[in-house]
Amino acid sequence: MTRITVTVDGTKYSDEVEPRKLLVSYLREDLGKTGTVIGCDTSNCGACTVHLDGTSVKSCNVLAVQADGHEVTTIEGLAQNGELHPVQTAFHECHALQCGYCTPGMIMQTCDLLKNNPDPSEQEIREGLEGNLCRCTGYHNIVKAVQQAARQGHESGTAAADGSPAETADAEQSVGATA
Amino acid sequence: MTITEDRPASNDAAEVGKARTRKEDQRLITGRTKWTDNIVLPGMLHLAMVRSPYAHANITNIDTSEAKTASGVITVVTGEDIKDVQGVNANAWPITPDQVTPTHLPVCIDHVACAGEIVAVVVARTPAEARDAAELVDVDYDVLPAVLDLKEAVNDTVLAHPDLGTNKSAFWKLDSAEQGSGGNVDEAIAKARVDGIVIEREFRQQRLIPAFMEPRSVVVDPTGDQMVVWSATQVPHILRFLIAATMGIPESKVRVIAPDVGGGFGGKLQTTPEEFATIAVSRRLGKPCKYTETRSESLLSGHHGRDQWQKITLAAENDGTVTGLKVDLIANMGAYVAVVGGGVPVLGAWMYNSIYKFPAYQFNCQTVLTNMTWVDAYRGAGRPEATFAIERMMDEFAAVLGRDPLEVREQNWIRHEEFPFTTVAGMTYDSGNYEAATEKAKKLFGYDELRAEQKQRRESGDPVQLGIGVSTFTEMCGLAPSRILGQLNYGAGGWEHASIRMLATGKVEVLTGSSAHGQGHETAWSQIVADRLGVAFEDVEVLHGDTQIAHRGMDTYGSRSLVVGGEAVVRAADKVIAKAKVFAAHLLEASEDDLEFTAGRFQVKGTDKGLAIGEVALAAFAGHNLPDGAEPNIDADATYDPVDFSFPHGTHLCAMEVDTETGATTMRKYACVDDVGTIVNPLIVEGQIHGGLVQGIAQALWEGAEYDENGTLVTGSFVDYTLPTSADTISFISEHTVSPSTTNTLGTKGVGEAGTIASTPAVVNAIVDALRQFGVDDVLMPCTPERVWKAIQAGGAKPGVPAEGEREAAPHFDEGAPNDDRPATPDTTATTQGGAQ
Ligand code: FES
Ligand code: FES
Repeated sequence: MTRITVTVDGTKYSDEVEPRKLLVSYLREDLGKTGTVIGCDTSNCGACTVHLDGTSVKSCNVLAVQADGHEVTTIEGLAQNGELHPVQTAFHECHALQCGYCTPGMIMQTCDLLKNNPDPSEQEIREGLEGNLCRCTGYHNIVKAVQQAARQGHESGTAAADGSPAETADAEQSVGATA
Repeated sequence: MTITEDRPASNDAAEVGKARTRKEDQRLITGRTKWTDNIVLPGMLHLAMVRSPYAHANITNIDTSEAKTASGVITVVTGEDIKDVQGVNANAWPITPDQVTPTHLPVCIDHVACAGEIVAVVVARTPAEARDAAELVDVDYDVLPAVLDLKEAVNDTVLAHPDLGTNKSAFWKLDSAEQGSGGNVDEAIAKARVDGIVIEREFRQQRLIPAFMEPRSVVVDPTGDQMVVWSATQVPHILRFLIAATMGIPESKVRVIAPDVGGGFGGKLQTTPEEFATIAVSRRLGKPCKYTETRSESLLSGHHGRDQWQKITLAAENDGTVTGLKVDLIANMGAYVAVVGGGVPVLGAWMYNSIYKFPAYQFNCQTVLTNMTWVDAYRGAGRPEATFAIERMMDEFAAVLGRDPLEVREQNWIRHEEFPFTTVAGMTYDSGNYEAATEKAKKLFGYDELRAEQKQRRESGDPVQLGIGVSTFTEMCGLAPSRILGQLNYGAGGWEHASIRMLATGKVEVLTGSSAHGQGHETAWSQIVADRLGVAFEDVEVLHGDTQIAHRGMDTYGSRSLVVGGEAVVRAADKVIAKAKVFAAHLLEASEDDLEFTAGRFQVKGTDKGLAIGEVALAAFAGHNLPDGAEPNIDADATYDPVDFSFPHGTHLCAMEVDTETGATTMRKYACVDDVGTIVNPLIVEGQIHGGLVQGIAQALWEGAEYDENGTLVTGSFVDYTLPTSADTISFISEHTVSPSTTNTLGTKGVGEAGTIASTPAVVNAIVDALRQFGVDDVLMPCTPERVWKAIQAGGAKPGVPAEGEREAAPHFDEGAPNDDRPATPDTTATTQGGAQ
């Protein structure tokens, strides 16, 4: 067992974890952050996507111990003070979800995509979400939602992407960066 | 004849027809979800399954001793341990009285018939400990030869279940002459051989995996008097029934809950070995237990879809009139006949004749057992296979005639003034307008412009050729009139149930027996009830997926929810109004005949006296002033058994660019016009179409479950089973025409499967259309670049190169060319290897 200290959605946790434990299992089983889900065992689906120091990672591809000393934002920490994040609103308004299983990962990945590229073309959106699988929507409305969130980001003058309360300018990208 | 509206009449106040954003989204976009795997109960134990690595074997010994002593392990349970209490995976639809149906035990005892079958269950404190210990269970197998090829299976040389003596499960036939719905197909074919056109083709419907995004999970709580089962299922009511029927537990002691369910597409309409095993183990230990599959387990052990060979014979006159269609199918059931099982190909029986007026028709289907994962419904279930075959054939027929494929279709399809129309298969189509949908689709697609571009690219010899694919499909939705299901020997009815509870505070609870897993029932049902009862959309609460709350139901599959379940809701609402009217008349001291009900109010005609339905609900709740003999209650129930199926249709057009040098294909444009009857919520309908399209396109281009010669699934993870990503797909143009169904009050037809059914042939037809100039008349699905390239080579672009399947991979380098970096010493073996890299 190894002791780790991680800040998740603004709360600091200190726990003993098995060295082999995945971050996604730590979030779900130890912290009850069940908004983040598991869709595969080969790092293909992106359902488990969270932000690690403001950058999207597939949390099934990061060990809990690698998150030691870092900040994690999950889908549950995205809305601030009861206000939905613009990407969440756009997914709702554009009907970009059906069963909703891929949705937390899609939303977290979209935030990251828009942070890096606030004005993406359709092709850039499609390539930026390539690591997140959705079986229900055919991606059509997901693309529309990302476009809407991007437009809104411009209009409000803030990056719609900037959802993580804990994002730092020099986010570490060394672990588990999303494919 | 059919009245086709371009759009439903606009009525700003009406909820039905409004693009409401969904009620269910809030929890899903904020992560406050209730997936089965999220459930944690005090003292809950975790299960891991030990699965057979062999496709066919006898179990000679299972040694659990080492696993039992591993850290955190409570026990290890074998099939022998629970043989009297584990129930059985049932087949609900024996398609013939003499169907051969192997017994399907949840945990195998002495024989495994496909890889991935459960042979032991490990129970531990944590999922990780359970999985670790599963590795320690030592199973001895006596490996048997496996039958893995559909066509070989029919010969019975190797048997999937030696004790059954045959692989042939059932033979099912529909003949239009025999049933009196049309002529004799063999005569039509014989005549066409003399003086007409006969086209004979064989198509392969490859095996697909539903691949819903939420892996299946089940939690069982046996503590207390009643057992509660949470499951990621489409069919909580059917599951409850089958638990009671096969496990010897009184139905009244079983409560099944389908909480948030992450997609199904037919893949979760099964009652699974994992569910039964978890129940048996949990009851044995008296402790809550959870089992959640990994994705790899899901792909291997959840049922698969399609997997058929289709032999199609089309007879026609030289003027382009089709005179007969004959279908011979072999359908792979896999190792067991699943809950719908052989019924899946049979569901296609009425659809091969599609939208056309064929005078003679015959459908023959042989279902066979193999040592592969079991097969059951996957989005469309029988109808995509049928649609693919006939729409491919119509394109082939047009090519033989040298005419435009839409024109040839129009010559043969049912004209809009001919509805209702009874087809050669014996179905009566309620309404439709193929002309209108096709006209609109052509415009949206830019059909003539794209044909012009295609011509120009052909003439200039462009290495990237353009193909245009057509699919004018219909399907049958609204499963199903119980009377017909009875005739077909199906084990249950096809009705649906709804209850409406009028709460004293003005809120309305709607209980539905349909069980949504992404379809948006909470929103659509709210719209229907808001309109019907004249209450606010926000005041309606839809409850489903819990057998204790929505106690009667037939669940969600076969595009039945809105058509059947929605009608039950409408009828329950009408009963509420009828009951409330008696109260309103009494309270208003008026005659019932003098009341009219509009916008949620009972109004005394010609006065301003009236009562809102919510006020009536409150008065009924108080019960202070009741009409004579009335119960203090205006709630109502309705169980609706559909009178007939509904038949949505549509015209789908697809343009594919094919790089003739590499075989790579790119979708250029996709436009579709679907007629799904009255649309309750355009946003939701659009979403269903998009998602359906991509699943159908995926069959055409990317997906296929592949086994090696030992019966190991080699596409057993998302690395190899290639679901489409956002980068693989494009944005679609989708529009509608509206021919309201005449078989239900709202005029709805069902949309859940339309996109999947229509799109596969549109894509393949487009690819073949691009390549026909090279002598290509078919490409096996999925149409990978390799297959497309080989088809071009085989078709005559480079004469002498054999067709797909007859040659090895192309040599990587041309011999002797400057880039041919071979070992200097001439060594044949090395050269061959180098060449094959
Ligand atoms: S769970 Fe599939 S990528 Fe993490
Ligand atoms: S909404 Fe169901 S997987 Fe994306």
